[in-house]
Amino acid sequence: MWDLLSSHTVQTVLMGAVFLGLISGALGAFAVLRGQSLLGDAVSHAALPGVALGFLVAGGRELGAVLIGATLSGGLAALSVMLIVSRTRLKPDAALGVVLSVYFALGVVLLSHVQSQSGAASAGLSGFLFGQAAATLRSDLWIMGGLAGFALALIAALWKEAKIVSFDPDYARALGLPVARVQAALTVMVALAIVAGLQMVGVILMVALLIAPAAAARQWTRSLAGMVGLSMGFAVVAGVTGALISASARGLATGPVIVLVATAIVLLSLAFAPERGLLDRALARRARTRSLRADQVLGTIHALARSHDDPAYKAELGMLRARHAAATGPALARLTARGLVREVAHPPETTPHWQMTPEGQARAEALREGRGRDD
Amino acid sequence: MSQLHEPQFALHVEDLTVTYGAAPALWDIDLDVPPGVMAAIVGPNGSGKSTLLKAVLGLVAPVAGHVRLFGQPLDAVRNRVGYVPQRSSVDWDFPTDVRDVVMMGLYGQLGWFRRPGAAHRARAMAALAAVGMQDYADRQIGQLSGGQQQRVFIARALVQEADLYILDEPMAGVDRPTEDIIIALLQDLRDRGKTVIVVHHDLSTVERYFDWLVMLNTRIIAQGPVAEVYTPETLRETYGHRVALVKA
Repeated sequence: MWDLLSSHTVQTVLMGAVFLGLISGALGAFAVLRGQSLLGDAVSHAALPGVALGFLVAGGRELGAVLIGATLSGGLAALSVMLIVSRTRLKPDAALGVVLSVYFALGVVLLSHVQSQSGAASAGLSGFLFGQAAATLRSDLWIMGGLAGFALALIAALWKEAKIVSFDPDYARALGLPVARVQAALTVMVALAIVAGLQMVGVILMVALLIAPAAAARQWTRSLAGMVGLSMGFAVVAGVTGALISASARGLATGPVIVLVATAIVLLSLAFAPERGLLDRALARRARTRSLRADQVLGTIHALARSHDDPAYKAELGMLRARHAAATGPALARLTARGLVREVAHPPETTPHWQMTPEGQARAEALREGRGRDD
Repeated sequence: MSQLHEPQFALHVEDLTVTYGAAPALWDIDLDVPPGVMAAIVGPNGSGKSTLLKAVLGLVAPVAGHVRLFGQPLDAVRNRVGYVPQRSSVDWDFPTDVRDVVMMGLYGQLGWFRRPGAAHRARAMAALAAVGMQDYADRQIGQLSGGQQQRVFIARALVQEADLYILDEPMAGVDRPTEDIIIALLQDLRDRGKTVIVVHHDLSTVERYFDWLVMLNTRIIAQGPVAEVYTPETLRETYGHRVALVKA
């Protein structure tokens, strides 16, 4: 399918997607851990008026002007949210909702205004709504690469400060660390990551490339470094796949494709990740339930043995069934496999009977005293 | 450095007033805690106990008053103060393990751009051993019970090797064995000359655990040695008429 594209364009799109994945994956991890997903959404929507102003001022698609405009209006939006939360009684979610819609509305008005002007000045502007990877220019790569390099260098330099500020800001403050400045640096970086992705993913869906890879990465890892690294990997995969698919098909916006790929990664991670995944947790729950039922059946045999004063008492299957219904069979099989009970004959009765082994007695005693539960 | 002011106290608070919105959360607090005691701060819900700790640690800005630790302003002695916040103040689903959390206690001393090394890891392990959690060093923090979380937070303060320990409700929601471990540990710190200040909620154990008491209800009701301060009158004044004197 690459026949449709010159390899030059493909290379540019690929490199842009890689840079974008690195920066948004890394900062997305911190945004998710700090509960800033929605702030990211507000900043990316609020970048639109800046994008339109950038077009107006530069008289066309000049990425430098567009990004500066986007950074300014996105930053102004973040500042507005912070001011509203600290000065009014509005809750953060309401403040975010208000700011997001006001800035976006302003952006749409400006966008319509620019588009109503001459065609040359507005060419490529609508690509910033849903993203247009194919419009990425080789010269844009310098900006994106620079942003990615700067972001990664800053995260590496501030690694332990970023970690403690994300985990426990009050404690970090008590240690005397400049928490507000580290938080501000992380927030500004998130805004830069969003701005870097506007051309490829667009203002409406950019936040997904920030949040989805990080959410997926959290499922698989046990350390912050692992989460940041994997989040970067997922974001690169989503960005590259989405950009290539959209660049190879006519009229397909890049943002939605990237988001769909990222979402697929999230769904797979939620379902199949070890320990935290839905499947693994369902299996663990089932194993616990079975183990509990086996213990209950063992307890019934033990209770019967005690009331007959005979540790080797042979319990008839029908009695156990009366108590434990359909769970009885699997439970006995499990107990037999663990060597805790055995099937025995009890003539003249021809029905199956079950008896505790000495190990089974010990286990039942332990359970009765509240010991021996599997943790 | 700045001139010493009331250096004979581990903690000296003067005229401290903190407001949230219109109503004062703390009003005209004058408080002195001598070094080498284990002090409890008690008071009803909303009486400003946590706010007092946060004001002492510079986490909330007072509208009036000042705080001195060992006679100096907070910024001069931060490394001598170990803080144990409420367990519920953080997200325990954060992707990290027990040892890593404990090593955070060293971040203030490490300085910029420096990563913790083997010596720091050894100190973290020693602090974990002190709270009986050395076997959990590699455990994800999301898998800990409430009492284990609390002990990890205490280990994080211990690794600072501070002179003053400030704990916010360390016994809230932990089981009895954990409470015993924590108290023994804090008393051992006190016996080694450290100062321990604890926001505490269980009046039945005040006399058994502590030797110094601060009774708070937005303002200071009483402060001093437990034996002198813990009386029916001060309790009534602190809690209203809802609480009878509980002698352990």
